[in-house]
Formats: sequence, structure tokens, C-alpha cells
Amino acid sequence: MWWRIQALLIKEFLSLLKDKKSRFVLIVPPLVQLFLLSYAATYDLNQLPIAIYNEDRGSAARDLIARFNGAPAFREVLRIERQEQIAAAQDSKQVLMVLHIGQSFSRDLLGGRQLAPVQILLDGRDSNTAQIALGYARNVISQFNSDWARQHNQTGPPAELRVRAWFNPNLESRWFIVPGIVGLLTLVVTMTVAALSVAREREQGTFDQLLVTPFTPAEILIGKAIPGLIIGVAEASFSIFMVVFWFQVPLLGSLAALYIGIVLYVFSVIGAGLMISSLSVTQQQGLLGGFLVIVPGVILSGYATPIENMPELVQQLTFVNPLRYFLIIIRGVFLEGLGIADLIDQYWPLALIGLFCLSCAGLLFRKRMY
Amino acid sequence: MSVASQRLLGLIRKEFLQVLRDPSSLAIAFAMPVFLLLLFGYGVSLDARRVPIGLVIEHVSPASRSFSAGFDYSDYFQAHYFRDMREARQALLTRKINAIVHLQADFDQRLTGSEPAPIQVIVNGVDANTARLTSGYVQGVFEAWLNARAAWQGQEAPQPVQLAARVWYNSALRSRNFLVPGLIAVIMTLIGALLTALVMAREWERGTMEALISTPVSVREVLLGKLIPYYLLGMGGMLLSISMAVFLFQVPLVGSLWVLLVAGTLFLLAALGMGLLISIAAKNQFVAGQIAIVVTFLPAFILSGFIFNIDSMPWAVQLFTHLVAARYFVAILQTVFLAGNIWEVILPNALALLLMASAFLALALWRAPRRLE
Repeated sequence: MWWRIQALLIKEFLSLLKDKKSRFVLIVPPLVQLFLLSYAATYDLNQLPIAIYNEDRGSAARDLIARFNGAPAFREVLRIERQEQIAAAQDSKQVLMVLHIGQSFSRDLLGGRQLAPVQILLDGRDSNTAQIALGYARNVISQFNSDWARQHNQTGPPAELRVRAWFNPNLESRWFIVPGIVGLLTLVVTMTVAALSVAREREQGTFDQLLVTPFTPAEILIGKAIPGLIIGVAEASFSIFMVVFWFQVPLLGSLAALYIGIVLYVFSVIGAGLMISSLSVTQQQGLLGGFLVIVPGVILSGYATPIENMPELVQQLTFVNPLRYFLIIIRGVFLEGLGIADLIDQYWPLALIGLFCLSCAGLLFRKRMY
Repeated sequence: MSVASQRLLGLIRKEFLQVLRDPSSLAIAFAMPVFLLLLFGYGVSLDARRVPIGLVIEHVSPASRSFSAGFDYSDYFQAHYFRDMREARQALLTRKINAIVHLQADFDQRLTGSEPAPIQVIVNGVDANTARLTSGYVQGVFEAWLNARAAWQGQEAPQPVQLAARVWYNSALRSRNFLVPGLIAVIMTLIGALLTALVMAREWERGTMEALISTPVSVREVLLGKLIPYYLLGMGGMLLSISMAVFLFQVPLVGSLWVLLVAGTLFLLAALGMGLLISIAAKNQFVAGQIAIVVTFLPAFILSGFIFNIDSMPWAVQLFTHLVAARYFVAILQTVFLAGNIWEVILPNALALLLMASAFLALALWRAPRRLE
């Protein structure tokens, strides 16, 4: 049996890699994407263009403005002189935030009895960035408040918050996002390889030839699954190498725990891809099916938006999503230093998804012969 | 009717028949937008509401009770009480809660002391964005408590400067209002490229390209024959998406539908043109499919400003985003939906789309096969 599988493997690898273009698309675009997307995907604000509208002549207002200008998150691109300019600056998306200090700011602040309001106008067209920007602005102001209290010899606040973040002390969202990209790229590449594999043979008519050979469906299935497994694991390995050495994300946990996760993850993705492929008659159908798994798979994985924010029913749906488990594994191993024992609950669902899909694919091989 | 237009009509008819016989194209144009919009519209939310938070209060007193009441009554939190830090840490590690707020036993005494009494907050930093939002909310509860306490005791406000935030265009900061319009751009990118990415490669692979070339139709006619049917399908999908956004998800459409349709046409031409170019360059459905997936979905998702802010990216990446057509369309969609017909945003972005569409179509025409190799 082994030599037959070996023959199948050679055939599969040849059809994947013999063509220069298909070699190219398997290797180059994922790597380019790893770089581009890793640099792009961050929730940390950096040099966000803001406008400042200061009606106050006091030094306190100047101090507050200096703090906004000093914060790396903001960059003043416009000084507003008249009320009407605000709308124009916001409408044209020139700035995302306007800091407005009213005429009585310094007076209220020095008077002490009254709260000195500072207005912030945000562009809700991008409400996510608006919300993050608001958080940054709030930090600048509370720092200003506590420094003000200290300088003016007030009896400072009776209590203070001491915030500490575990696992990611500087709250760099890149540490969270970049390991996730490994899961994303592996999903995209292995899914398309698997989803097109059987569909291509069907469309070209070579699948019937394969079925009349002495190969059993199980052997054909293994022959189709292993090349994808090797390609997926190789690509994931290279991406992880870059994440550690180029992006300098700390890898605290054990590599063994990570690799068990990678193999099981790629296995489950290939299972899903082969199931789609054995349902499709043309490559277009295979591609569409792959897409219909990849897109929700990414959206409902907790990659960009937390699963806890989803409605209960959708949260239940995420339990059949391999990427959900893999993201927990890779982030856990990288940032929390988890080991094999901590991740058992993530491993077995992946294995289950893979086995289920592969058995379905095997059944469909025989059922759909046209 | 001239011979040329008859030929074109014949080609369009052939393409439509192909679409109807392999319903996966119809599925791409109509089922996919519905499916994805439902999934995104209901599934994705960036609004952290009811964040599970652990409170450890070692000594219950009026002061600590008034503090923890701020968490009990906040919409942002779902408070869980723990007896000691050990239990709370365990819950944080197993992700049952996102953060711990810890008041030590001597909190009351230290409140009246000279140094500020410490309130320990631990957040799980793995998801840095959620962690930052959570600690911002904790800060909000804390400041409200401080000011309320000072006012009650007749003291000066300890936080003299107060932030009043106002949000324009989407005043409730409903993330669905900005996600759904952006999503239309992502979905249209997928539809546009998927519809056409395989159509030329398929003719090569199946050997029908030879038959096409040997007929009197010109290259331009072949491309137009491919473009027109898929343009009609794509616009159908787009109208469907817009009506779902407006009627199902109740996203306000402040600007005009016509602006959206014109911008949508330009964008779709760019997306279809890109698909055709991929298809012509690849000549092989596997390669075309891989490229189409790689250059459409992830860039439209991550590099378009749909979720991640473009201004915060490194400048080289910002430069690159100008090559992503979805970027321009996202800006137009979000503006027309939420802010209205603001020409300062619409015109430059529409112009960029027009340039991209012409570039892709011109390249496709230039690279189109004129002979069998």
C-alpha cells in the first residue's frame, strides 16, 4: 500500500509544483502579504491627523495642547481659527479628531470650583478608530489632571488606578495581530490547494481515471491530503520564523505545543477543503466553496474582532471554525507561554473537525461520480 | 443591427448561458453578498458591551461599595465578585473575565491618608485592543466615582479637566453603521474578482480559446463580452447589498443612491478588470484562483481602512494602500452612507477608481491573447 501512496504523492506534487506560475503563487504572495499585513494590521494609533481649535489664551491651554502634540498617537495638521472651519475639516476627512478648548478653560481651571470642559469632536464614519482615539485622548487628559493637581498643591485625588497588563505589558496590538496572520495565510493557501485539487481533476476528466485504478478511496484521499499538509506546515513554519526573528514577537511557550497545533490545524483545513472539492464539479465551484469557508472563517475567528462581542448564536457557530482554535493556540504559546497540557481543549476539536471532514470527503468521492 | 454588435450580443448570450448552466456564478453574485452581510452584520461588533470584569474587595465598606456600584450599574461591564485574588487570577487566566479590579483591605484607611489609595487593575493584555478599551472604561468608572465623591463631600473636583466627546455622523458610535458600508466594498471586491478571474483561464484550459480566436470576433469584443454580463451580475449583487444595509441593518443612507451607483460602477469595473487581467495572465484556473484570493480578500479586509486605520500604518504600507481599489470605495461608501454627498471626499476617490479601472482594462486589452502560443 505504501508504494502506491508514494506514487500518488509524486503525482500530486508534480501537478502542484511543476508549473512555474503555480510554484510562484504558492510561495511569493503569502510572504509579501505576511509583511504588508503585519505592518498594516494594528489598532495602535500612530500619527493620527488632528485639528486643534483653541479659544483660550491661558498657559494651561497651551500646556494641554503641547501634551496632545507630544503624544505619538496624534499629529496636529491644522490649527482652526473659526468655528465654521471645524465642519469643513471633518467633512473632507482631513482630520479624524478636533480638540476644542473653549474661552473659559483657564479661568475655570484656576477658579477650581468649576469643571473645565474640553470638547473632542470625532468622525464616526470610522467609529472604531474614533473610539480608540477617544481612549488615547482620555489618557492624555487624565495625565494632565493628575499633574495639575500635583503642581497646584491641591490635595491630590484620594485614590489612584494602577493598571498592569499581563502577557503584553505595553499593550502592543502587533503582538496580538501578527501571530494571527500566520493562521490567516495558512488558511488561505492550504484551503485553495485542497479545494481545487479534486475539482481540477473532475473538470479535466482525470478523476475518473484515478477512480478506475486499483487505488482505494482512502489512498486517494491520503494522496490528496499529504501534499497540502506539507505545504501548509512549511509555510506556517516560515511565517513563524519571520514573526519571531523579524517582528520580534516573544515566543514564550514550547515549540512542540505550537507544532502539534499547526499540524492539527492544517489537517482540519485540508479536510474542509477536500470536502468542498469533492462536492464541486468545476474549479470555479471549488474556489467559491473555498471562499465561502475562508471569509466567515476569518471573520468569526476572533482575529480582528473579539468573539465575546458576537451574539450568543454566532458564538456557538465559531465552535466549528478551525481558525478559532488555532488563534488561541498560537497566541497562547507566543504570549502566555502555554504548553501542551494547557492546549488539549484546543487540539481535540481540530482533530475532530479534520476527521469528520475527511470522512465526508471520502464518502463523497464515491457518491459523486460524474 | 450591425454585424459587430450582433457578434457582441452573441458573445454576451454565450457567457450568460454559461453562467446559468453553472450556477456557481449566480451564487457568487447573489447568495454570497446575502450570506456575508448577514454574517458580518449580525456577527461582527467592535463595541465592547458587558465586558466581564472581576472585582476583589477585601473589606466591604460604604466607600468600596459605592465604588463597586459603578461597575454594577455600568452598561460596559458585567461584574463578577471573587473572594480572593487567587480565584480571580484563575478566572483571568481561563478567560472567564477580561480584567481584575482589586481593592485591598486597608483601602478605607488609605483613602483619608496623604498618599492616594491604590486601586490595582490587571487586564489580560493578549488582545491589546480589547485590553485598552477595557482599561479606558475602568478609568471612566473610576473618574465618575472620584468626582461624585468629591461633590458629595463638598470638595474641589479632583479631575478638573473634563472631556466631553461628541461624535459626528454616527453619534451612537454604532459599529454596524460603519462596518456594513465598508463590508459592501469587501464583498464587491470578492464578487468582481471571483466572477472574472476564472473566465479567460477557463477558456485556455478547456481549449475553447482556440475556437474563440479562430472566429471573426476581435479581442475587444471578447473582453466586452466577458465584461458586460459580469458587470450586470455584479451591479445586481451591489443593489442587493445596499438594500440589505438600508432596510435590514437600518444603516442611514444620508447621501444619494445615484452617487453610490456611479461609484459602484467605477469600482466594479476596476474589480472586474483586475479579475480579467489575472485570468489572462494566468491561463490556468488554479493559478488564477490562488492569485484572485490572495490579492482580493485580505488586502480589501486589512488595507482598505475598513477596520484598520490607514493613517496609523507605516508610510510604505500607506503608499501601497493606494493600489487597493477597495480603499477608495470604502471612503466613498462610509461618507455617502453616514455623512452625505460630500464632494471633497467623493470626487478624488471616484477619480482614483476611474484611473484604476482604465488601467486594469487597458492592461487586460494589451495582454489579451491575439494568437495561440
